Amino acid sequence: MDFQLTDDQRALRAGVRELLDRRFGREQLRAAVDAPGLDRALWRELGEAGFFALRLPETAGGVGLGLPEAVLAFEEAGRALLTGPLVATHLAVGEVPGAATGESVVAAVDGTLVEWLDEADVVRGDVTGAVAMRSADPLTPLHRVPRVAPPDPVAALLTAAEQLGSASRTCELAVQHARTREQFGQPIGAFQAVKHLCSEMLVRVEVARGAVYAAAVTADPLDIATAGLLADEAAELGARDCLQVHGGMGFTWESDVHLHLKRAWLRARRGQSAAEAEEALAEDLRIAAPGPRT
Amino acid sequence: MDLSYTPEEEEFRAHLREWLAKVLPGLPPKPSPDDWPGRRAYDLGWQRMLYDAGYAGLHWPADAGGRGATPTQHLIFLEETEKAGAPYVGANFVGLLHAGPTIAAEGSAGQRARWLPPVLRGEEVWCQGFSEPDAGSDLAALRTRARRDGDDYVVSGSKIWTSHAEVADWCELLVRTDAKAPKHRGISWLAMPMDAPGITVRPLRTLAGSTEFAEVFLDEVRVPVANRVGEENDGWRVTMVTLSFERGTAFVGEVVACRRVLGELAREARKNGRWDDVPLRRRLGRLNAEFRALWRLTQWNVSESERSGGVPGIGGSVFKLSYSRARQDLYDAAADVLGPEALDLDSPWTLDRLSSLSYTIAAGTSQIQRNIVAERILGLPKGR
Repeated sequence: MDFQLTDDQRALRAGVRELLDRRFGREQLRAAVDAPGLDRALWRELGEAGFFALRLPETAGGVGLGLPEAVLAFEEAGRALLTGPLVATHLAVGEVPGAATGESVVAAVDGTLVEWLDEADVVRGDVTGAVAMRSADPLTPLHRVPRVAPPDPVAALLTAAEQLGSASRTCELAVQHARTREQFGQPIGAFQAVKHLCSEMLVRVEVARGAVYAAAVTADPLDIATAGLLADEAAELGARDCLQVHGGMGFTWESDVHLHLKRAWLRARRGQSAAEAEEALAEDLRIAAPGPRT
Repeated sequence: MDLSYTPEEEEFRAHLREWLAKVLPGLPPKPSPDDWPGRRAYDLGWQRMLYDAGYAGLHWPADAGGRGATPTQHLIFLEETEKAGAPYVGANFVGLLHAGPTIAAEGSAGQRARWLPPVLRGEEVWCQGFSEPDAGSDLAALRTRARRDGDDYVVSGSKIWTSHAEVADWCELLVRTDAKAPKHRGISWLAMPMDAPGITVRPLRTLAGSTEFAEVFLDEVRVPVANRVGEENDGWRVTMVTLSFERGTAFVGEVVACRRVLGELAREARKNGRWDDVPLRRRLGRLNAEFRALWRLTQWNVSESERSGGVPGIGGSVFKLSYSRARQDLYDAAADVLGPEALDLDSPWTLDRLSSLSYTIAAGTSQIQRNIVAERILGLPKGR
């Protein structure tokens, strides 16, 4: 057992982070907030870098990697708050022409929501009767549809990976702020009340990380349910706590914290609901093998 | 990232399972919690069985008499013994997990030869003399003093929360050997024989009703200078070695146990009809997620320590913060499943619920662990 990233996996993660820093850093993120819309050039660049075709076999022109690598790439996307129907396009590779290279933008129905419907070249699922919403996430246009589409486990896992990335980013942002922002003559991070918020953020991130990475290795539905539950919570509470550490500044539009929080809320609606995940995990206990009590 | 086990590891697991299936049915009945001599005999007997089968001090280095097993093998050992319902490490806890590894890492050849084999063979029990009434979380504030008198230290003071003190042969004792030094210096680590004149042990009754630990009063107790492990006044560093072992491996078996207890709780709920209570059932599902994730975090930490050459990482604090609360949530959920029975002291669930209250306090309170995470992992400034 060697449940650690391999050197290749570290290199892949560093490569994706570098690409996103360069192509979707803070300035581009804020520009996207001011001028919403899908950056087709960036989409093609992601395609060229293999982001969508990561799991497509090499014989079919893909990168030939597996779920763990896809999870690492989506974790980075979550960190950067990368926009667009990333999961839907990634899952359409091999079925929708142009998805692998980023030539096509693919949207999909998840639950009763569709992200990026108007920008998509191809839509998977029944979008009859779709109604546009004023989306709470300024970076993700949303439509509501009348019919529910069943959740896809791989989509749920990749979403959990995005949540993990966002959670670890908001933890970093909170720590950075706590180290530099001074009040009462010292950095606020010296106060235990602030320290303890930050350490709880890290605890949630690390517990979720174990669950998400394990689910990437096993692809087991219960592991994915576990990952989804814990990563949703790490992202939502992490963004909330990050906002709290930033104080009044955190409540402004200029701060990035609200973007993480709103996206975390949106992602938490994807895939299995918390209640469904908990029911599945309860069912697992029901059939668990009995053991002696000591 | 790989969660599969090597053929060697699977072979190790298979042999261990086979051995456990053979020996566990023949074990004597467990003594009652307040029967300390009985518990000592039972726990030492189990240790002797482990020793004879080659499983003693599995994670200890080979040159300290251990088996030099990899962290993964140690993980498998803790997983399988717990799954099979084997006895806990019990009275041998301090010797095997604290004092032994510390002496193995910091002791002289003579000290290793004197103290390590009896721990492995199940002949001697150790207790921990770290905490004091005014030095719990602020461990470096300890005041028990030792002055040199010829070849002896003369020790006076008191210790508290000392598990197994009533039946221990040795105490890993922290004393102040230089009162004028800054508080983290001037501390030394001694092995104190518990039969030395001047030692008084007073059991403390816990809120769970048991006498899990004791106060130890030290009145001019003579401890040979030769019993000091590490340099004089260097005891704080030696202690940090001890604590990293404590946080690194102490809870592995317990996570397995909690997962089993959760399954048992689900069966109780089905028997008494509470399974149909949707919020309660979902709470159990949610706890299942937490303990599954904690097991993954355990595998992550063990793999990390395997890569770093067996040194437990600081991730132990992250783990303990999450685990100690999850364990309390588990027994609170159990109380809601059981209803009135959860107030019956004859129910093992009630005692376990009461015991779980200690987990956010013992081995470093959650508040102290959060400071450790914030300062040493996240790099936040120390408070004034």
